[in-house]
Amino acid sequence: MPAIVTVDSLEKTYADGFKALSGVSLDIEQGEVLALLGPNGAGKTTLISTICGLVQATGGSVRVDGHDIVTDYRKARALIGLVPQEITLEPFDKVINSVRFSRGLFGKPRDEAHIEKTLRQLSLWDKRNSRIMELSGGMKRRVLIAKALAHEPRILFLDEPTAGVDVELRRGMWETVAGLKNDGVTIILTTHYIEEAEAIADRVGVISKGRILLVEDKDTLMNRMGRKQLRIELHEPVSELPDGLSEHDLELVDGGDALIYTYDTTGARTGITRLLSDLSEAGIVLRDIQTSQSSLEEIFVGLVQEENAA
Amino acid sequence: MMGLNWRGVAAIYRFEMSRFFRTLLQSFVSPVISTSLYFVVFGAAIGSRIDEVEGVSYGAFIVPGLVMLTVMTQAISNASFGIYFPKFIGTIYELLSAPVNFLEIVLGYVGAAATKSLFIGTVIMVTASLFVDMQVLHPLSMLAFLLLTCVSFALFGFIIGIWAENFEQLQLVPLLIVTPLVFLGGSFYSISMLPPVWQWITMFNPVVYLISGFRWSFYGVADVPIVSSLLAIGLFLGLCLGAVWWIFRSGWRLRP
Repeated sequence: MPAIVTVDSLEKTYADGFKALSGVSLDIEQGEVLALLGPNGAGKTTLISTICGLVQATGGSVRVDGHDIVTDYRKARALIGLVPQEITLEPFDKVINSVRFSRGLFGKPRDEAHIEKTLRQLSLWDKRNSRIMELSGGMKRRVLIAKALAHEPRILFLDEPTAGVDVELRRGMWETVAGLKNDGVTIILTTHYIEEAEAIADRVGVISKGRILLVEDKDTLMNRMGRKQLRIELHEPVSELPDGLSEHDLELVDGGDALIYTYDTTGARTGITRLLSDLSEAGIVLRDIQTSQSSLEEIFVGLVQEENAA
Repeated sequence: MMGLNWRGVAAIYRFEMSRFFRTLLQSFVSPVISTSLYFVVFGAAIGSRIDEVEGVSYGAFIVPGLVMLTVMTQAISNASFGIYFPKFIGTIYELLSAPVNFLEIVLGYVGAAATKSLFIGTVIMVTASLFVDMQVLHPLSMLAFLLLTCVSFALFGFIIGIWAENFEQLQLVPLLIVTPLVFLGGSFYSISMLPPVWQWITMFNPVVYLISGFRWSFYGVADVPIVSSLLAIGLFLGLCLGAVWWIFRSGWRLRP
Protein backbone atom coordinates (compact mmCIF):
# COMPACT_ATOMS: atom_id res chain seq x y z
CA MET A 1 0.00 0.00 0.00
CA PRO A 2 1.40 3.44 -0.88
CA ALA A 3 1.79 5.97 1.93
CA ILE A 4 -0.79 8.76 1.90
CA VAL A 5 0.78 10.64 4.80
CA THR A 6 4.54 10.77 5.23
CA VAL A 7 5.87 12.21 8.46
CA ASP A 8 9.60 12.83 8.34
CA SER A 9 11.72 13.60 11.43
CA LEU A 10 9.00 15.78 12.88
CA GLU A 11 10.05 17.90 15.85
CA LYS A 12 7.98 20.09 18.11
CA THR A 13 9.31 22.08 21.02
CA TYR A 14 6.76 24.40 22.61
CA ALA A 15 7.60 27.96 23.63
CA ASP A 16 8.00 26.87 27.26
CA GLY A 17 10.75 24.47 26.21
CA PHE A 18 8.66 21.30 26.42
CA LYS A 19 9.69 18.89 23.69
CA ALA A 20 6.51 17.14 22.60
CA LEU A 21 7.86 15.45 19.46
CA SER A 22 11.43 14.23 19.05
CA GLY A 23 12.05 13.24 15.45
CA VAL A 24 8.87 11.37 14.62
CA SER A 25 8.90 9.54 11.29
CA LEU A 26 5.87 7.63 10.18
CA ASP A 27 4.25 6.42 6.97
CA ILE A 28 0.48 6.16 7.01
CA GLU A 29 -0.78 3.81 4.36
CA GLN A 30 -3.75 4.56 2.19
CA GLY A 31 -6.96 2.94 3.39
CA GLU A 32 -5.63 1.64 6.68
CA VAL A 33 -6.79 2.18 10.23
CA LEU A 34 -3.76 3.18 12.26
CA ALA A 35 -4.04 3.39 16.02
CA LEU A 36 -1.54 5.57 17.84
CA LEU A 37 -1.22 4.21 21.29
CA GLY A 38 0.47 6.00 24.12
CA PRO A 39 0.13 7.22 27.67
CA ASN A 40 -1.13 10.72 28.44
CA GLY A 41 1.39 13.36 27.42
CA ALA A 42 3.14 11.03 24.97
CA GLY A 43 2.72 13.46 22.07
CA LYS A 44 -0.25 11.85 20.32
CA THR A 45 -2.33 15.01 20.14
CA THR A 46 0.66 17.17 19.21
CA LEU A 47 1.46 14.82 16.33
CA ILE A 48 -2.11 14.96 15.01
CA SER A 49 -2.38 18.70 15.59
CA THR A 50 0.82 19.33 13.68
CA ILE A 51 -0.27 17.27 10.69
CA CYS A 52 -3.65 19.05 10.67
CA GLY A 53 -2.23 22.57 10.92
CA LEU A 54 -3.10 23.51 14.50
CA VAL A 55 0.49 23.47 15.72
CA GLN A 56 3.60 24.66 13.91
CA ALA A 57 6.40 22.11 13.72
CA THR A 58 9.86 23.22 14.82
CA GLY A 59 11.57 20.70 12.58
CA GLY A 60 10.99 18.02 9.99
CA SER A 61 8.19 17.82 7.47
CA VAL A 62 4.86 16.21 6.67
CA ARG A 63 3.51 15.43 3.22
CA VAL A 64 -0.11 14.54 2.61
CA ASP A 65 -0.60 12.77 -0.72
CA GLY A 66 2.58 14.51 -1.86
CA HIS A 67 1.56 17.98 -0.64
CA ASP A 68 3.72 19.64 2.01
CA ILE A 69 1.55 20.76 4.92
CA VAL A 70 3.26 24.16 5.11
CA THR A 71 4.02 25.23 1.54
CA ASP A 72 1.04 23.48 -0.04
CA TYR A 73 -1.31 23.61 2.94
CA ARG A 74 -4.48 24.15 0.92
CA LYS A 75 -4.19 20.88 -0.98
CA ALA A 76 -2.92 19.01 2.05
CA ARG A 77 -5.67 20.20 4.40
CA ALA A 78 -8.42 19.68 1.83
CA LEU A 79 -7.74 15.94 2.10
CA ILE A 80 -7.94 15.83 5.87
CA GLY A 81 -10.80 15.75 8.33
CA LEU A 82 -10.10 16.26 12.03
CA VAL A 83 -12.17 15.17 15.00
CA PRO A 84 -10.69 16.83 18.08
CA GLN A 85 -10.47 15.25 21.48
CA GLU A 86 -12.58 17.82 23.31
CA ILE A 87 -16.18 18.43 22.34
CA THR A 88 -15.83 21.86 20.81
CA LEU A 89 -19.00 23.04 19.14
CA GLU A 90 -20.89 26.30 18.92
CA PRO A 91 -23.76 25.53 21.34
CA PHE A 92 -26.42 27.67 19.65
CA ASP A 93 -25.86 26.37 16.15
CA LYS A 94 -28.19 23.84 14.55
CA VAL A 95 -26.65 20.47 13.70
CA ILE A 96 -27.21 20.74 9.97
CA ASN A 97 -25.97 24.32 9.77
CA SER A 98 -22.84 23.39 11.65
CA VAL A 99 -22.13 20.60 9.17
CA ARG A 100 -22.89 22.85 6.18
CA PHE A 101 -20.51 25.43 7.63
CA SER A 102 -17.70 22.88 7.77
CA ARG A 103 -18.24 21.92 4.15
CA GLY A 104 -18.23 25.54 3.04
CA LEU A 105 -15.13 26.34 5.06
CA PHE A 106 -13.26 23.70 3.09
CA GLY A 107 -14.35 25.34 -0.14
CA LYS A 108 -16.72 22.61 -1.27
CA PRO A 109 -19.93 23.47 -3.12
CA ARG A 110 -23.21 22.80 -1.34
CA ASP A 111 -24.23 19.17 -1.48
CA GLU A 112 -27.31 18.44 0.58
CA ALA A 113 -27.29 14.79 -0.50
CA HIS A 114 -23.84 14.27 0.97
CA ILE A 115 -24.79 16.08 4.18
CA GLU A 116 -27.90 13.93 4.52
CA LYS A 117 -25.90 10.76 3.88
CA THR A 118 -23.32 11.74 6.51
CA LEU A 119 -25.93 12.65 9.10
CA ARG A 120 -27.86 9.44 8.48
CA GLN A 121 -24.68 7.38 8.70
CA LEU A 122 -24.07 8.87 12.14
CA SER A 123 -27.72 8.58 13.23
CA LEU A 124 -28.05 12.34 13.44
CA TRP A 125 -30.55 12.97 10.67
CA ASP A 126 -33.50 13.14 13.07
CA LYS A 127 -31.61 15.69 15.11
CA ARG A 128 -30.55 17.86 12.20
CA ASN A 129 -32.63 20.83 13.28
CA SER A 130 -31.76 20.57 16.96
CA ARG A 131 -29.45 23.06 18.55
CA ILE A 132 -26.17 21.49 19.52
CA MET A 133 -26.60 22.35 23.18
CA GLU A 134 -29.73 20.16 23.25
CA LEU A 135 -27.77 17.03 22.28
CA SER A 136 -26.28 14.35 24.50
CA GLY A 137 -22.51 13.96 24.79
CA GLY A 138 -22.43 10.98 22.44
CA MET A 139 -24.42 12.86 19.80
CA LYS A 140 -22.15 15.88 20.09
CA ARG A 141 -19.19 13.65 19.42
CA ARG A 142 -20.93 12.33 16.32
CA VAL A 143 -21.62 15.90 15.20
CA LEU A 144 -17.86 16.49 15.36
CA ILE A 145 -17.37 13.47 13.11
CA ALA A 146 -20.08 14.67 10.73
CA LYS A 147 -18.36 18.05 10.52
CA ALA A 148 -15.03 16.39 9.81
CA LEU A 149 -16.62 14.28 7.05
CA ALA A 150 -18.60 17.14 5.53
CA HIS A 151 -15.93 17.94 2.95
CA GLU A 152 -15.41 14.30 1.95
CA PRO A 153 -11.87 13.92 3.27
CA ARG A 154 -9.72 10.96 2.28
CA ILE A 155 -7.97 10.95 5.63
CA LEU A 156 -9.70 11.19 8.97
CA PHE A 157 -7.92 11.93 12.22
CA LEU A 158 -9.78 10.93 15.36
CA ASP A 159 -8.16 12.20 18.53
CA GLU A 160 -9.29 10.00 21.42
CA PRO A 161 -12.68 9.31 19.83
CA THR A 162 -13.99 7.29 22.74
CA ALA A 163 -12.43 9.04 25.72
CA GLY A 164 -15.05 9.16 28.44
CA VAL A 165 -17.64 7.39 26.30
CA ASP A 166 -19.67 4.47 27.63
CA VAL A 167 -19.24 0.94 26.33
CA GLU A 168 -22.24 0.96 24.03
CA LEU A 169 -21.26 4.24 22.39
CA ARG A 170 -17.71 3.01 22.06
CA ARG A 171 -18.89 0.00 20.10
CA GLY A 172 -21.02 2.30 17.97
CA MET A 173 -17.93 4.39 17.27
CA TRP A 174 -15.98 1.31 16.24
CA GLU A 175 -18.75 0.39 13.81
CA THR A 176 -18.61 3.90 12.40
CA VAL A 177 -14.87 3.60 11.89
CA ALA A 178 -15.31 0.24 10.18
CA GLY A 179 -17.93 1.76 7.89
CA LEU A 180 -15.64 4.65 6.96
CA LYS A 181 -12.80 2.28 6.26
CA ASN A 182 -15.09 0.42 3.88
CA ASP A 183 -15.73 3.72 2.12
CA GLY A 184 -11.98 3.94 1.55
CA VAL A 185 -11.18 6.57 4.17
CA THR A 186 -7.76 6.31 5.79
CA ILE A 187 -8.20 6.59 9.54
CA ILE A 188 -5.69 7.57 12.18
CA LEU A 189 -6.90 7.46 15.73
CA THR A 190 -5.21 8.06 19.01
CA THR A 191 -6.25 6.17 22.04
CA HIS A 192 -5.02 4.97 25.33
CA TYR A 193 -7.51 2.14 25.33
CA ILE A 194 -5.57 -0.86 24.10
CA GLU A 195 -8.86 -2.67 23.63
CA GLU A 196 -9.79 -0.10 21.06
CA ALA A 197 -6.61 -0.49 19.03
CA GLU A 198 -7.01 -4.23 19.24
CA ALA A 199 -10.60 -4.07 18.02
CA ILE A 200 -10.33 -1.75 15.05
CA ALA A 201 -6.76 -1.07 13.96
CA ASP A 202 -4.89 -2.62 11.07
CA ARG A 203 -1.61 -1.28 12.39
CA VAL A 204 -0.58 -0.02 15.76
CA GLY A 205 1.97 2.67 16.51
CA VAL A 206 3.25 3.04 20.03
CA ILE A 207 4.32 6.53 21.01
CA SER A 208 5.91 7.58 24.26
CA LYS A 209 7.76 10.76 25.24
CA GLY A 210 7.49 12.18 21.74
CA ARG A 211 9.03 9.16 20.04
CA ILE A 212 7.49 6.40 17.98
CA LEU A 213 8.63 3.20 19.64
CA LEU A 214 7.26 0.97 16.94
CA VAL A 215 4.70 0.77 14.17
CA GLU A 216 3.61 -2.64 13.21
CA ASP A 217 0.84 -4.69 11.78
CA LYS A 218 -1.42 -5.44 14.71
CA ASP A 219 -1.46 -9.21 14.22
CA THR A 220 2.28 -9.39 13.61
CA LEU A 221 2.86 -7.32 16.70
CA MET A 222 0.77 -9.59 18.79
CA ASN A 223 2.35 -12.70 17.33
CA ARG A 224 5.86 -11.37 17.57
CA MET A 225 5.63 -10.20 21.08
CA GLY A 226 2.76 -12.28 22.22
CA ARG A 227 3.14 -14.85 24.93
CA LYS A 228 0.48 -17.45 25.15
CA GLN A 229 -0.87 -19.17 28.16
CA LEU A 230 -2.31 -22.63 28.37
CA ARG A 231 -4.76 -23.17 31.15
CA ILE A 232 -5.17 -26.74 32.23
CA GLU A 233 -8.15 -27.58 34.40
CA LEU A 234 -7.67 -30.63 36.53
CA HIS A 235 -10.13 -33.35 37.28
CA GLU A 236 -8.88 -33.66 40.86
CA PRO A 237 -7.20 -30.75 42.62
CA VAL A 238 -3.55 -31.22 43.56
CA SER A 239 -1.85 -29.63 46.55
CA GLU A 240 1.53 -29.24 44.87
CA LEU A 241 3.20 -29.83 41.53
CA PRO A 242 4.46 -33.38 41.07
CA ASP A 243 8.25 -33.61 40.82
CA GLY A 244 8.24 -34.81 37.24
CA LEU A 245 6.77 -31.46 36.09
CA SER A 246 9.23 -29.05 37.70
CA GLU A 247 11.13 -28.42 34.45
CA HIS A 248 8.02 -26.86 32.90
CA ASP A 249 7.07 -23.23 33.49
CA LEU A 250 3.97 -24.11 35.43
CA GLU A 251 1.96 -22.30 38.02
CA LEU A 252 -0.65 -23.80 40.28
CA VAL A 253 -3.79 -21.64 40.53
CA ASP A 254 -7.34 -21.72 41.87
CA GLY A 255 -6.40 -23.71 44.94
CA GLY A 256 -4.92 -26.51 42.90
CA ASP A 257 -7.83 -26.77 40.47
CA ALA A 258 -5.86 -25.56 37.48
CA LEU A 259 -2.39 -25.16 36.04
CA ILE A 260 -1.13 -22.26 33.94
CA TYR A 261 1.58 -22.96 31.42
CA THR A 262 3.22 -19.91 29.81
CA TYR A 263 5.06 -20.30 26.50
CA ASP A 264 6.39 -18.23 23.63
CA THR A 265 4.65 -18.61 20.28
CA THR A 266 7.76 -17.44 18.45
CA GLY A 267 9.96 -20.18 19.90
CA ALA A 268 10.93 -23.24 17.83
CA ARG A 269 8.96 -25.49 20.15
CA THR A 270 6.13 -24.63 22.43
CA GLY A 271 6.76 -27.62 24.65
CA ILE A 272 3.07 -28.42 24.83
CA THR A 273 3.38 -32.00 23.61
CA ARG A 274 5.98 -32.85 26.21
CA LEU A 275 4.06 -31.14 28.92
CA LEU A 276 0.94 -33.10 28.12
CA SER A 277 2.78 -36.42 28.08
CA ASP A 278 4.55 -35.55 31.35
CA LEU A 279 1.19 -34.69 32.86
CA SER A 280 -0.31 -38.04 31.93
CA GLU A 281 2.85 -39.77 33.18
CA ALA A 282 2.41 -38.06 36.53
CA GLY A 283 -1.08 -39.49 36.60
CA ILE A 284 -2.87 -36.16 36.37
CA VAL A 285 -6.26 -36.33 34.70
CA LEU A 286 -7.32 -33.29 32.67
CA ARG A 287 -10.82 -31.88 32.61
CA ASP A 288 -10.36 -29.07 30.10
CA ILE A 289 -7.67 -27.00 28.42
CA GLN A 290 -7.76 -23.51 26.92
CA THR A 291 -5.23 -21.08 25.51
CA SER A 292 -5.17 -17.29 25.73
CA GLN A 293 -2.94 -14.75 24.09
CA SER A 294 -1.46 -11.81 25.95
CA SER A 295 -3.24 -8.61 25.01
CA LEU A 296 -1.83 -5.54 23.37
CA GLU A 297 -2.06 -3.91 26.75
CA GLU A 298 0.61 -6.17 28.20
CA ILE A 299 2.79 -5.64 25.13
CA PHE A 300 2.28 -1.92 25.38
CA VAL A 301 3.01 -1.65 29.07
CA GLY A 302 6.15 -3.69 28.51
CA LEU A 303 7.33 -1.37 25.73
CA VAL A 304 6.68 1.81 27.65
CA GLN A 305 8.44 0.44 30.72
CA GLU A 306 11.44 -0.48 28.62
CA GLU A 307 11.49 3.04 27.22
CA ASN A 308 11.24 4.57 30.67
CA ALA A 309 14.01 2.35 31.98
CA ALA A 310 16.28 3.28 29.08
CA MET B 1 -8.52 36.67 -6.77
CA MET B 2 -9.37 33.41 -8.52
CA GLY B 3 -7.30 31.43 -6.02
CA LEU B 4 -9.26 32.54 -2.99
CA ASN B 5 -11.48 30.07 -1.18
CA TRP B 6 -14.61 32.19 -1.59
CA ARG B 7 -16.86 29.45 -0.28
CA GLY B 8 -14.82 29.45 2.90
CA VAL B 9 -15.21 33.23 3.17
CA ALA B 10 -18.95 32.93 2.59
CA ALA B 11 -19.26 30.17 5.21
CA ILE B 12 -17.57 32.31 7.88
CA TYR B 13 -19.53 35.40 6.85
CA ARG B 14 -22.88 33.58 6.94
CA PHE B 15 -22.03 32.01 10.28
CA GLU B 16 -21.19 35.37 11.81
CA MET B 17 -24.26 37.06 10.35
CA SER B 18 -26.49 34.28 11.66
CA ARG B 19 -25.36 35.12 15.19
CA PHE B 20 -26.29 38.73 14.50
CA PHE B 21 -29.77 37.74 13.40
CA ARG B 22 -30.15 35.32 16.28
CA THR B 23 -29.52 38.18 18.69
CA LEU B 24 -31.27 40.78 16.62
CA LEU B 25 -32.87 42.40 19.62
CA GLN B 26 -29.52 43.01 21.26
CA SER B 27 -27.78 43.96 18.04
CA PHE B 28 -30.46 46.29 16.80
CA VAL B 29 -32.64 47.61 19.57
CA SER B 30 -29.95 48.52 22.07
CA PRO B 31 -28.05 50.97 19.83
CA VAL B 32 -31.36 52.53 18.78
CA ILE B 33 -32.38 53.05 22.38
CA SER B 34 -29.01 54.38 23.49
CA THR B 35 -28.86 56.78 20.54
CA SER B 36 -32.36 58.01 21.26
CA LEU B 37 -31.26 58.64 24.86
CA TYR B 38 -28.32 60.69 23.64
CA PHE B 39 -30.68 62.80 21.56
CA VAL B 40 -33.11 63.29 24.40
CA VAL B 41 -30.33 64.30 26.79
CA PHE B 42 -27.82 66.12 24.60
CA GLY B 43 -30.04 67.12 21.73
CA ALA B 44 -33.28 68.21 23.37
CA ALA B 45 -32.58 68.79 27.09
CA ILE B 46 -29.06 70.25 27.08
CA GLY B 47 -28.79 71.01 23.38
CA SER B 48 -31.67 73.49 23.47
CA ARG B 49 -29.54 75.69 25.72
CA ILE B 50 -26.47 75.49 23.52
CA ASP B 51 -25.94 77.83 20.63
CA GLU B 52 -25.29 76.60 17.15
CA VAL B 53 -21.84 75.08 16.65
CA GLU B 54 -20.16 76.41 13.53
CA GLY B 55 -23.51 77.23 12.04
CA VAL B 56 -25.10 73.87 12.77
CA SER B 57 -27.72 73.28 15.48
CA TYR B 58 -26.24 71.30 18.38
CA GLY B 59 -28.62 68.38 17.92
CA ALA B 60 -27.60 68.00 14.29
CA PHE B 61 -23.94 68.66 15.08
CA ILE B 62 -23.64 65.59 17.29
CA VAL B 63 -25.21 63.17 14.78
CA PRO B 64 -21.96 62.29 12.93
CA GLY B 65 -20.10 61.88 16.23
CA LEU B 66 -22.81 59.65 17.64
CA VAL B 67 -22.84 57.50 14.51
CA MET B 68 -19.05 57.20 14.66
CA LEU B 69 -19.13 56.39 18.38
CA THR B 70 -21.58 53.55 17.84
CA VAL B 71 -20.04 52.27 14.62
CA MET B 72 -16.57 52.10 16.17
CA THR B 73 -17.64 50.38 19.36
CA GLN B 74 -19.95 47.97 17.51
CA ALA B 75 -17.31 47.10 14.92
CA ILE B 76 -14.77 46.42 17.64
CA SER B 77 -17.06 44.42 19.89
CA ASN B 78 -18.54 42.34 17.08
CA ALA B 79 -15.22 41.47 15.48
CA SER B 80 -13.38 40.88 18.74
CA PHE B 81 -16.13 38.65 20.10
CA GLY B 82 -16.46 36.90 16.72
CA ILE B 83 -12.90 35.58 16.79
CA TYR B 84 -12.48 35.40 20.57
CA PHE B 85 -15.45 33.12 21.15
CA PRO B 86 -14.18 30.28 18.91
CA LYS B 87 -10.85 30.59 20.69
CA PHE B 88 -12.62 30.43 24.04
CA ILE B 89 -14.81 27.40 23.29
CA GLY B 90 -12.22 25.69 21.10
CA THR B 91 -14.05 25.68 17.77
CA ILE B 92 -11.12 27.63 16.30
CA TYR B 93 -9.55 24.23 15.55
CA GLU B 94 -11.76 23.99 12.52
CA LEU B 95 -10.62 27.32 11.13
CA LEU B 96 -6.97 26.47 11.67
CA SER B 97 -7.24 23.05 10.04
CA ALA B 98 -9.22 24.28 7.04
CA PRO B 99 -7.69 25.26 3.70
CA VAL B 100 -8.24 28.98 4.30
CA ASN B 101 -5.58 31.69 4.49
CA PHE B 102 -5.47 34.79 6.67
CA LEU B 103 -7.09 36.96 4.03
CA GLU B 104 -10.10 34.66 3.79
CA ILE B 105 -10.52 34.46 7.55
CA VAL B 106 -10.27 38.25 7.82
CA LEU B 107 -12.69 38.79 4.94
CA GLY B 108 -15.22 36.53 6.64
CA TYR B 109 -14.98 37.82 10.20
CA VAL B 110 -14.15 41.45 9.52
CA GLY B 111 -16.59 41.59 6.62
CA ALA B 112 -19.41 40.39 8.86
CA ALA B 113 -18.50 42.72 11.73
CA ALA B 114 -18.22 45.65 9.31
CA THR B 115 -21.60 44.77 7.80
CA LYS B 116 -23.23 44.71 11.22
CA SER B 117 -21.75 48.03 12.29
CA LEU B 118 -22.65 49.56 8.94
CA PHE B 119 -26.18 48.37 9.43
CA ILE B 120 -26.33 49.79 12.95
CA GLY B 121 -24.77 53.07 11.79
CA THR B 122 -27.48 53.37 9.17
CA VAL B 123 -30.18 52.63 11.73
CA ILE B 124 -28.80 55.39 13.94
CA MET B 125 -28.76 57.90 11.13
CA VAL B 126 -32.37 57.06 10.34
CA THR B 127 -33.28 57.31 14.04
CA ALA B 128 -31.44 60.64 14.27
CA SER B 129 -33.29 62.03 11.29
CA LEU B 130 -36.48 61.59 13.33
CA PHE B 131 -35.12 63.88 16.03
CA VAL B 132 -33.20 66.56 14.14
CA ASP B 133 -32.98 68.25 10.76
CA MET B 134 -29.83 66.99 9.15
CA GLN B 135 -28.29 67.20 5.74
CA VAL B 136 -25.60 65.32 3.90
CA LEU B 137 -23.58 67.66 1.68
CA HIS B 138 -21.12 65.05 0.45
CA PRO B 139 -22.87 61.67 0.38
CA LEU B 140 -20.04 59.80 -1.34
CA SER B 141 -17.48 61.01 1.16
CA MET B 142 -19.90 60.22 3.99
CA LEU B 143 -20.27 56.66 2.71
CA ALA B 144 -16.51 56.28 2.24
CA PHE B 145 -15.76 57.43 5.80
CA LEU B 146 -18.47 55.22 7.20
CA LEU B 147 -17.25 52.17 5.29
CA LEU B 148 -13.59 52.75 6.05
CA THR B 149 -14.36 53.23 9.73
CA CYS B 150 -16.47 50.06 9.87
CA VAL B 151 -13.76 48.01 8.18
CA SER B 152 -10.73 49.39 10.00
CA PHE B 153 -12.30 49.24 13.46
CA ALA B 154 -13.58 45.74 12.77
CA LEU B 155 -10.00 44.83 11.89
CA PHE B 156 -8.84 46.46 15.10
CA GLY B 157 -11.45 44.48 17.04
CA PHE B 158 -10.34 41.29 15.30
CA ILE B 159 -6.79 41.91 16.53
CA ILE B 160 -8.08 42.51 20.07
CA GLY B 161 -10.04 39.27 19.88
CA ILE B 162 -6.93 37.32 18.92
CA TRP B 163 -4.83 39.08 21.54
CA ALA B 164 -7.32 38.67 24.40
CA GLU B 165 -6.77 35.67 26.65
CA ASN B 166 -9.87 36.23 28.80
CA PHE B 167 -13.10 38.18 28.79
CA GLU B 168 -11.64 41.02 30.89
CA GLN B 169 -8.96 41.68 28.30
CA LEU B 170 -11.62 41.58 25.63
CA GLN B 171 -13.37 44.51 27.33
CA LEU B 172 -10.19 46.30 28.39
CA VAL B 173 -9.13 47.99 25.17
CA PRO B 174 -12.59 49.20 24.14
CA LEU B 175 -13.29 50.46 27.65
CA LEU B 176 -9.98 52.05 28.56
CA ILE B 177 -8.75 53.26 25.20
CA VAL B 178 -11.41 53.42 22.53
CA THR B 179 -14.30 54.93 24.49
CA PRO B 180 -12.18 57.79 25.95
CA LEU B 181 -10.61 58.50 22.58
CA VAL B 182 -14.03 58.67 20.95
CA PHE B 183 -15.55 60.84 23.68
CA LEU B 184 -12.52 63.16 23.59
CA GLY B 185 -12.41 63.02 19.81
CA GLY B 186 -15.01 65.70 19.25
CA SER B 187 -18.14 63.56 19.12
CA PHE B 188 -20.06 66.12 21.14
CA TYR B 189 -18.08 69.31 20.57
CA SER B 190 -15.94 71.12 18.07
CA ILE B 191 -12.21 71.05 18.78
CA SER B 192 -12.16 74.83 18.40
CA MET B 193 -14.22 75.06 21.61
CA LEU B 194 -11.28 73.68 23.62
CA PRO B 195 -8.50 75.75 25.27
CA PRO B 196 -5.39 75.95 23.01
CA VAL B 197 -3.34 73.42 25.01
CA TRP B 198 -6.09 70.81 24.77
CA GLN B 199 -6.55 71.57 21.10
CA TRP B 200 -2.89 70.69 20.60
CA ILE B 201 -3.11 67.51 22.68
CA THR B 202 -6.28 66.46 20.87
CA MET B 203 -4.39 66.43 17.58
CA PHE B 204 -2.73 63.19 18.76
CA ASN B 205 -6.10 61.51 19.04
CA PRO B 206 -6.65 59.63 15.78
CA VAL B 207 -10.41 59.56 16.29
CA VAL B 208 -10.53 63.36 15.91
CA TYR B 209 -9.60 62.99 12.25
CA LEU B 210 -12.28 60.43 11.58
CA ILE B 211 -15.10 62.34 13.26
CA SER B 212 -13.99 65.58 11.68
CA GLY B 213 -13.94 64.06 8.20
CA PHE B 214 -17.26 62.36 8.74
CA ARG B 215 -18.87 65.55 10.01
CA TRP B 216 -17.48 67.47 7.05
CA SER B 217 -19.36 65.06 4.78
CA PHE B 218 -22.59 66.14 6.47
CA TYR B 219 -22.24 69.87 7.05
CA GLY B 220 -19.06 70.95 5.31
CA VAL B 221 -17.44 72.00 8.59
CA ALA B 222 -14.30 70.29 9.85
CA ASP B 223 -11.75 70.57 12.65
CA VAL B 224 -8.91 69.33 10.48
CA PRO B 225 -8.36 69.31 6.71
CA ILE B 226 -10.31 66.56 4.99
CA VAL B 227 -7.12 65.18 3.42
CA SER B 228 -5.57 64.55 6.82
CA SER B 229 -8.78 62.78 7.84
CA LEU B 230 -8.47 60.45 4.86
CA LEU B 231 -4.78 59.91 5.56
CA ALA B 232 -5.51 59.09 9.19
CA ILE B 233 -8.13 56.45 8.41
CA GLY B 234 -5.95 55.05 5.62
CA LEU B 235 -2.99 54.80 7.97
CA PHE B 236 -5.04 53.10 10.66
CA LEU B 237 -6.42 50.62 8.14
CA GLY B 238 -2.91 49.90 6.87
CA LEU B 239 -1.55 49.36 10.39
CA CYS B 240 -4.35 46.95 11.28
CA LEU B 241 -3.91 45.01 8.03
CA GLY B 242 -0.20 44.75 8.67
CA ALA B 243 -0.78 43.53 12.20
CA VAL B 244 -3.26 40.86 11.07
CA TRP B 245 -0.91 39.72 8.33
CA TRP B 246 1.88 39.36 10.89
CA ILE B 247 -0.38 37.51 13.33
CA PHE B 248 -1.25 34.85 10.79
CA ARG B 249 2.28 34.62 9.48
CA SER B 250 3.72 34.05 12.93
CA GLY B 251 0.80 32.10 14.35
CA TRP B 252 0.79 34.46 17.36
CA ARG B 253 -1.83 33.40 19.92
CA LEU B 254 -3.38 31.08 17.32
CA ARG B 255 -0.92 28.35 16.37
CA PRO B 256 1.54 27.37 19.11
